[in-house]
Amino acid sequence: MINISDDNFHHSHTLNGHIETEEDIRQYNYLNLGPTHPATHGIFQNVLKMDGEIIVEAEPTIGYIHRAFEKLAENRPFYQVTTITDRLNYCSSPINNIGWHLTVEKLLGVQTPKRVDYMRVIIMELARIADHIICNSVVAVDTGALTGFLYVFQWREKIYDIYEEICGARLTTNIGRVGGFERDFSEKVFQRIHALLEEFPTALKEFESLVMRNRIFMDRTINVGKITAERAMEYSFTGPNLRAAGVDYDVRVMSPYCSYQDFDFTIPVGSSGDTYDRFCVRQEEMWQSMDIIRQALKNLPEGNFHADVPEFYLPPKEDVYNTMEGLIWHFKIVMGEINVPKGQVYQCVEGGNGELGFYLISDGGRQPFRLHLRRPCFIYYQAYPEMIKGSMLSDAILTMSSMNVIAGELDA
Amino acid sequence: MGLNPALKSNSAGPEMYVGEGYGLTQLEKVVGLARANSIWPLPFATSCCGIEFMATMAATYDLGRFGAERLSFSPRQADLLMVMGTIAKKMGPVLKQVYTQMAEPKWVIAVGACASSGGIFDTYSVLQGIDKVIPVDVYVPGCPPPPEAILDGILKIQELMKNEPLRRRESPEYRQLLESYDIL
Amino acid sequence: MMRETTPDNSYIREAVLHEFRNDVKSIEESYGMLDIVIKKPSLIPVITWLKQHDILQFQFLTSLCGVHYPEQKENEFSVVYHLHSFVNNIRIRVHIFMSENDLNVPTLTTLYAGANWMERETFEFYGILFDGHPDLRIILNVEDMNYHPLRKQYSLVDDTRTDKDDKYFGR
Repeated sequence: MINISDDNFHHSHTLNGHIETEEDIRQYNYLNLGPTHPATHGIFQNVLKMDGEIIVEAEPTIGYIHRAFEKLAENRPFYQVTTITDRLNYCSSPINNIGWHLTVEKLLGVQTPKRVDYMRVIIMELARIADHIICNSVVAVDTGALTGFLYVFQWREKIYDIYEEICGARLTTNIGRVGGFERDFSEKVFQRIHALLEEFPTALKEFESLVMRNRIFMDRTINVGKITAERAMEYSFTGPNLRAAGVDYDVRVMSPYCSYQDFDFTIPVGSSGDTYDRFCVRQEEMWQSMDIIRQALKNLPEGNFHADVPEFYLPPKEDVYNTMEGLIWHFKIVMGEINVPKGQVYQCVEGGNGELGFYLISDGGRQPFRLHLRRPCFIYYQAYPEMIKGSMLSDAILTMSSMNVIAGELDA
Repeated sequence: MGLNPALKSNSAGPEMYVGEGYGLTQLEKVVGLARANSIWPLPFATSCCGIEFMATMAATYDLGRFGAERLSFSPRQADLLMVMGTIAKKMGPVLKQVYTQMAEPKWVIAVGACASSGGIFDTYSVLQGIDKVIPVDVYVPGCPPPPEAILDGILKIQELMKNEPLRRRESPEYRQLLESYDIL
Repeated sequence: MMRETTPDNSYIREAVLHEFRNDVKSIEESYGMLDIVIKKPSLIPVITWLKQHDILQFQFLTSLCGVHYPEQKENEFSVVYHLHSFVNNIRIRVHIFMSENDLNVPTLTTLYAGANWMERETFEFYGILFDGHPDLRIILNVEDMNYHPLRKQYSLVDDTRTDKDDKYFGR
């Protein structure tokens, strides 16, 4: 255990700034969990007040990778913001990118062709699977099952291969553009998606049979880190964590974007809001995502892979090299010299771990005047002390990994 | 998948003067060989690069092939600090403390643009490269670097380990280096 | 399944104006969402009413953030609340404006537990003081941060720093 409690920087043993009495110190132990603790998967610090093995009080400290996304976004042209959104929830960055494109499209009033919507749905659902693979296999690791992680991670690699085929990058994909995509899906993309849809169910099934009804796993996760639906609502939970508590809120259904209304899928809902329910909700969402991808592939409409917005969508390279108009448009877009309308928009997408919202204020300039990112795990992580109060230390670790708190998104 | 993995068991060892029943070589070469092939890395993963490190560790890329599968989460028992991801100013002192806790000999890889130079995050809150607080041996470029690049970084570190003189850590130059970082 | 009483933007506009005619500065619709600008002292009454209204039931605080408009004299700072009514599936946006010299805003933590960190973040970024907040401290940056970085007068990079080596960047 890495004990970072020296006085040479700001981590103190006091909770909420209260000075503990002598008696408190004799009766309770203070444990400094993090910021670099092997069990926390990212950098979160919690000062835990422990009565033996029971957590009496916890105080999280965050911000260890605060990277000033919101300030950075105010200094970048619209099309360059994707590099920031990429690094929000980096387990499922395509969802963030597409969320940003949708925000700008909403501001501009761009109508995308159906084909673009369906292509985006395919990518977003792949990203959701990739996100849930990490989260769930890490939950399994924290209960002691490393095998599952090593096994299902291979299929994450296959999803990376699909991203690479689409846009050339693995993790921080920068996928798509305002108005659509830079190119159509190639034949190889479809082959790889089909291969994934064929192979992955077997692996996922195996993973489930390894873990889901496993006595040890169930004992470790059921009734651990519970939160009621009412408290979850008060804490503005979203995503699988809220659904595990029993509230059927999913942005894809409540405020459909990218033609999600065309698809037929169910929203899994838990009942007790504990770690096991969160695990199961994510697991079921992966099955549903595969179903959505199948539907999207089956009904993929013909058409263009980008909207017809020459002011914002980079012209094809032949035009840039051979025509004057193409070169001018290219230059104007790249230099960010296109006027955007003034206005305020809020666009949200169902990210890997909840409602990812973009509140964009535009003053007509080349950069956003203000971009506020509604980062789901920043908002729900504040319930963590309440959720682990009275539980064991090892359960606290498990609760954290099952909440899918991603440091990049948490700290912005 | 159809290919059988080629295991190279006859890779070149240290230079040796071999006779009947014995071999003569320098002690530091043997020590270097042992160090290089049994690295205990401490993954200091903060953000995106950490996910790529997970991929490096997992079955497809398998860090274990290079003798580095035993991740040591305690800095006291690690000899390679792998810093992966953005280090904010708030995290700087923590990183330094982890580094000072490590026992000699120790090496550091800065994985990814953020750890190497601050990357795209040229902002008020981000440390512009971890070499502002601790000495770094190998920089791996990329945002994030693909697993192949991380493996390449590990191989570079192995080269350093193999060729390090035994007394380097006692040398005045090394002490001076640490002193310039206010460590010691 | 549409209920007869499902409120839309015009319904909300009517209801809010009926109840708080004197507290609302402006109310208009943009990109399908209602923007309600209210006077600062009426924040708690309006939000409480929206949350506890029998039909509207804005029980979910989606987000809370600050904005800095250096050009608008006397209204330099703004706090924006996004509320969501799950029952009716409708969102609204509530704005309050304040001058640089009076940055005190009542806290929303009494109504929504989730407002806690969002308000801390807004305090950190803009220096807006939330009265009654249980623990209003800097949350993301180092604790001894002495300015509010998202205010427009501060640049993205810390001007006083010495840690960036410019020679590799051609500056």
